Amino acid sequence: MASIKVHGSPISTATARVLVCLYEKDLDYEFVLVDMKNNEHKKHPFLSINPFGQVPGFQDGDLTIFESRAITQYLAKTYANKGNQLIPNDPKKAAIVSTWIEVEGHHYDPPGVALSFEHLVKPLFGLGETDPAAVAENEAKLGKVLDIYENQLSKNKFLAGDEFSLADLHHLPNVSYLLATPSKKLFESRPRVNAWVTEIIARPSWAKVVALRNQS
Amino acid sequence: MATPVKVYGPPLSTAVSRVLACLLEKDVQFQLLPVNMAKGEHKSQEYLKIQPFGQVPAFQDESISLFESRAICRYICDKHAEKGNKGLYGLDQLGKASIDQWIEAEGQSFNPASSILVFQLAFAPRMRLPQDEKAIKQNEEKLSKVLDVYEQRLGESRYLAGDEFSLADLSHLPNGHYLVNVADRAELFTSRKNVDRWWNEISGRESWKEVVELQTKASS
Repeated sequence: MASIKVHGSPISTATARVLVCLYEKDLDYEFVLVDMKNNEHKKHPFLSINPFGQVPGFQDGDLTIFESRAITQYLAKTYANKGNQLIPNDPKKAAIVSTWIEVEGHHYDPPGVALSFEHLVKPLFGLGETDPAAVAENEAKLGKVLDIYENQLSKNKFLAGDEFSLADLHHLPNVSYLLATPSKKLFESRPRVNAWVTEIIARPSWAKVVALRNQS
Repeated sequence: MATPVKVYGPPLSTAVSRVLACLLEKDVQFQLLPVNMAKGEHKSQEYLKIQPFGQVPAFQDESISLFESRAICRYICDKHAEKGNKGLYGLDQLGKASIDQWIEAEGQSFNPASSILVFQLAFAPRMRLPQDEKAIKQNEEKLSKVLDVYEQRLGESRYLAGDEFSLADLSHLPNGHYLVNVADRAELFTSRKNVDRWWNEISGRESWKEVVELQTKASS
């Protein structure tokens, strides 16, 4: 029986971030679909789980939390011995993972999300046409971040060391969307970033999330 | 005696002051090393080795170099669990999870809007840069919505993550301080009863007063 519940939508990047973590950790969960088209995430009872009205919401027994990156860190630490290890035991190595988790959240994510919004969300939800100026501005920003990744990936196989970690995992939902857009050239033009993207996107855990996404 | 940890950067930086507040709460000895940003020292090859994004702070403790203020704070708390304020980052995984969710809310919701306001209202005038009225208005609206959620939350518990002061509250101090004391936006806090009570409690902590003192010295 699953005591873990995820409230969200598989097409949301933040929800997908939590789901891929659950598959990596080999944990059972119950998925509660939040009907975002009907604004269920802006109404009660969902607001009692996440007062910001954003997916996902998460429950594990008595614990109720929101914010995808807080949820994945909870899963990685609480279920350290289940499935794949995503945060190293060594405190110094764990601190490096924590640093690159922050890099994803504060440097990669803002331009990454802006690009998927321009290329995919706007056409899909009828929010207007893709704005070439916004695309150019955010490709420039993301390019600078990926230059630093290219250098980092010359020192280690993955962002925070030679093992796949939560820092890599957090990129999957947005990277996967950008690969379906012209902005994928930002990855393809950087050999080490390209190899890293190819490797992480091929993980079986991510294939399971994509399957859920395609069903919805 | 343990070698003091090294923090690179000026205390006037919000990210540097976040780390300093944490070190003072945890009673961990530190050495503050200046980085002359006016001279572009944060973009020098040597500095980029420890902080590839060319931003402050960078942090060193024995053989480890870190950056990103919230990651540094978590490291300090994990390493020195038994020092200073023991509950700053929770006492168990459930406590940590609750604190982490509010650190993320700070980093993803409070910080983007408030740091634009701090830049536009507090730093741009000092740097003699023109202010962007549209950005100010947009981000005041965004921050108001975030603070409405805080108002409700702080009606249920004394601090964001529960009844004890934590790293989640602390992370708000640097931007909050500039909004209230330099950018003339105290009303965002005082107009909300619970947020006002919370802000007075957290900004009155001895650790934060010491950081403000360091900032005052640095700017005089």
